[in-house]
Amino acid sequence: MELEMSFFSMGGYAYFVWFSYGISAIVLLANALLPVMKEKKLLREIARRAREASKN
Amino acid sequence: MITIPFHKYGTPKYFYSWSLRLRPWLKYGCILLFTAGLVGGLWIAPTDYQQGESFRIIYVHVPAAWMSLFVYIVMALAGACGLIWHVKLGDIVARACAPLGAWFTFLALLTGSLWGKPMWGTYWVWDARLTSELILLFLYLGYIALQGAIDDRRTAARAGAILAIVGTVNIPIVHYSVEWWNTLHQGPTVSKLDAPSMDTTMLIPLLVMALAYNLYFVAVLFERVRCEILEFERNKNWVNELTQPKGIV
Amino acid sequence: MRDVLNVASAVVLRDLRRYVRRRQDAVQPLIFFVIIVTLFAVAVGPDAEIFAKIAPAGIWVAILLATTINLDTIFLSDYHDGTIEQLFLSPAPLPLIVGSKIFSHWCATAGPQIAISVIVAAAIGLELRVVGTLAATLLLGSPILSLFGSVSSALTIGLRGGAMLQALIILPLYMPTLIFSTSAMHNAALDLPITAEIYFLAGLAVMAASLAPFASATALRIRLG
Repeated sequence: MELEMSFFSMGGYAYFVWFSYGISAIVLLANALLPVMKEKKLLREIARRAREASKN
Repeated sequence: MITIPFHKYGTPKYFYSWSLRLRPWLKYGCILLFTAGLVGGLWIAPTDYQQGESFRIIYVHVPAAWMSLFVYIVMALAGACGLIWHVKLGDIVARACAPLGAWFTFLALLTGSLWGKPMWGTYWVWDARLTSELILLFLYLGYIALQGAIDDRRTAARAGAILAIVGTVNIPIVHYSVEWWNTLHQGPTVSKLDAPSMDTTMLIPLLVMALAYNLYFVAVLFERVRCEILEFERNKNWVNELTQPKGIV
Repeated sequence: MRDVLNVASAVVLRDLRRYVRRRQDAVQPLIFFVIIVTLFAVAVGPDAEIFAKIAPAGIWVAILLATTINLDTIFLSDYHDGTIEQLFLSPAPLPLIVGSKIFSHWCATAGPQIAISVIVAAAIGLELRVVGTLAATLLLGSPILSLFGSVSSALTIGLRGGAMLQALIILPLYMPTLIFSTSAMHNAALDLPITAEIYFLAGLAVMAASLAPFASATALRIRLG
């Protein structure tokens, strides 16, 4: 119990440490996920156009 | 002598397929390294005698700072390849590097500032390293703005390459002059962002995190390059064939 | 060698004639400089001691801003009337032509700038030592400003939002010059030697002179070729 408390409060520096890690995590995750979503969207669009082209 | 057919593997088409094959390795490697680094940094590493728990910010600050410099060099080299040898992939890689490098620089500045508050009592000091990081951020923003302002992609890439090369020459000069100016005006202060001689249990998680950030950069860079290839090569046949189910006519 | 001199002098004379004809190109930065210093003085307030301490910094920042605003004069008029594309076709090496243009920009702007800065510095009440240092740093710094300025000017020629973009690009390039110049003036005010700063400025000037013409020429070819 004591160990968990000190982990989260980080010896009183909780705000600074967790804010740093938190913002880093958000920025890194966002930068990782956005291109993946964009690639899927582009592939879908290319497939759609290919299908329409072969229909005609 | 082994000759690597760069002009074959450097084309957008081949890059797309071999980088796609690398993706699962990069993804799981990243997850593994980040987990190991975070466990090591937040749990295993002992509390610093002088700085208490706040020193743990080092595990997100230093890798971000290292990456901000490394990405700039990659950006300049890729741009130079595109400029001098007309390697199209070089242009694409350079353009994709820039926002990532800017984000790393931003993170380095933010976490450095948050580390500074408990240590020095203020959120900002005109310390040599933080000032140099700020100038680096301006270099990235200038690069991104210049490429955004020029309409033709090829011209934009080549102009950006010139800017990146000039910036690379400039970075050591700026860093040295700021450091010189800083020590002259503030007296000899030990840079508090340096953990002078780090205990091994503190050092290893740092190296693991640095490796994790590197692998992350490669993975995300490849993803961004693939997106650009899809977007601007969509008129080529091989792109259309990507989406066809295999073996069915 | 004679050909080099012929080409260089032809370009320099043409540009200098342009500066004489359109005097506002050379005068605008000076007016801007005086305005910035005045605003600075008003903003700091009547406390003469504080103002004397930051005056060197204020003067150099004003010089940088005034120069940045007017960097366009190096290439812009030639860009508008199509001369630059003609220059690409000339048998003379483009870096030589670009270097000559930078030299004429320096000739037209540096002399008046040094004069006005010295007058303003003396008027503010800075000591003779500091004013002399200002003149020395400007003598070495103004070529650096013109040279690096030509690179950013060539890169951003004709772009929308060009002034803002140019300021963003040029800031890191001007940093070392600013640092060493103001440091020299601070040292002069404290009666300390300024040789180190002067040497660094001289080194920067030589480096800029050897790299900038080539970088600018390449940038022009990329943008307008």
